Amino acid sequence: MVLSLAQGLLVSTEIFAFTLLFALPLGLLIAFGRMSKIGLVRQIFRIYISIMRGTPLMLQLFFFYFGPYYLLGIPLNKLGLFGVEYRFISVIIGFSLNYAAYFAEIYRAGIESIPVGQYEASSVLGLSKSQTFFLIIFPQVVKRIIPPVTNEVITLVKDTSLAFALSVMEMFTIAKMEAAAHTTMVPFIVAGIFYYIFNFIVAWAMERLEKSLNYYR
Amino acid sequence: MGGQILTISHAAKAFGGNEVLKDISLGVSKGDVLAIIGPSGSGKSTLLRCATLLETFDSGTMRYGDLAVIEDGRYAPNDVLHQVRSRFGLVFQNFNLFPHLSALDNITLALRRVQGKGRAEAESIASGLLERMGLAGREGAYPCELSGGQQQRVSIARALALRPQILFFDEPTSALDPELTGEILKVIRDLAAIHMTMVIVTHEIGFARNVADRVIFMAGGVIVEEGRPEDVIDNPSNDRTRAFLRNLDRK
Ligand SMILES: Nc1ncnc2c1ncn2[C@@H]1O[C@H](COP(=O)(O)OP(=O)(O)O)[C@@H](O)[C@H]1O
Ligand SMILES: [Mg+2]
Repeated sequence: MVLSLAQGLLVSTEIFAFTLLFALPLGLLIAFGRMSKIGLVRQIFRIYISIMRGTPLMLQLFFFYFGPYYLLGIPLNKLGLFGVEYRFISVIIGFSLNYAAYFAEIYRAGIESIPVGQYEASSVLGLSKSQTFFLIIFPQVVKRIIPPVTNEVITLVKDTSLAFALSVMEMFTIAKMEAAAHTTMVPFIVAGIFYYIFNFIVAWAMERLEKSLNYYR
Repeated sequence: MGGQILTISHAAKAFGGNEVLKDISLGVSKGDVLAIIGPSGSGKSTLLRCATLLETFDSGTMRYGDLAVIEDGRYAPNDVLHQVRSRFGLVFQNFNLFPHLSALDNITLALRRVQGKGRAEAESIASGLLERMGLAGREGAYPCELSGGQQQRVSIARALALRPQILFFDEPTSALDPELTGEILKVIRDLAAIHMTMVIVTHEIGFARNVADRVIFMAGGVIVEEGRPEDVIDNPSNDRTRAFLRNLDRK
């Protein structure tokens, strides 16, 4: 039982890792769209963020899983990629698009908190816009947003269990099956311990990262 | 005047309906040290910000040597503006150092990324400048580990590193504790001694009188009076200048 839960934990970790891999950069792009000089672009991204944050993640997962079939009539078993089931892919799409919206707002707040003097000093030194962003602004943003990002990442660890709704074989899905098969609470308790340890490690790693950036204020 | 580095003529700037600069004309020649004095809100910072391309004039003409930045209200294309940026430096009132970079990296950044110098060359330039600023051995210090006066000296070194033809200062000592202003004024005096071309907005009238070849008194967005420091400061011909200087004396 612990072994099958551990296999589930592996799938949960995959959801977690792929979501961060896609959502962290995507969030930055969305933040740029949200801060665009073009009013229409700004509005589109504002609505995107509002929908992603204003509707349940579980509903979004269903939308991305069933959407291709209900909206376009594509059979779901044809949608796999590199031998990965569409079930899993749709979970990654849903999680990434959802978390990217949250990360975008965190990036935006971080970017807007950097004093205008940093841009002015960069301009006078002759740095280009992209040099200013990647060499001056972004490194300072990273330091400032670690606490809110940590909150989101910890929530993500727990949210991976929502993939049970699409019967992805992650840890919570397996815990539920094991519990039903053996009429016992033990799988839930073991899964709870696993989630807790997972988050303990995440919190520790983020704290290390925060400390490593403490060399300046 | 072969060495005219900066020429501004009939330049104006308004924020909304608020005319902050009205018909400003001035010239700076090679080796000039120009001090700009005047009450707060008179448009001194706006003038420097327009000259350093942080703000735009609404009308008028400004040239850096052979390069026209704005001609009769029309700005040059971006590549010209980029070229112009290599001709001037600006020292801010509140330093605007990059907090995540060491003193050394604050200085080498533009040497490497804008001027394309190699690391070794950039670092040797930066170390040399830090030494000149009395900060030998503080290469690795982060801005938060330095006093205000030290930070301002790093920011002067950062500006000097790019070898600007003209260096602007916007109240370089106003954010400093009074006991730290002396070290900055000394650095500027040393630069004047080696004929660095400078435009300095300052409230330190005694300093302006000592270091400047020329003084401009601004009020209400216009240049009210301009001339040698002994004339403008000791024998002002204009009532507003007199009133301003009398006010300062009383403080
Ligand atoms: N970005 C801005 N937007 C609107 N008004 C501004 C802006 N910057 C400066 N001003 C106004 O322009 C006037 C001149 O300001 P400034 O150039 O900072 O004067 P000084 O440096 O001589 O004290 C002030 O009335 C100020 O309120
Ligand atoms: Mg000012």
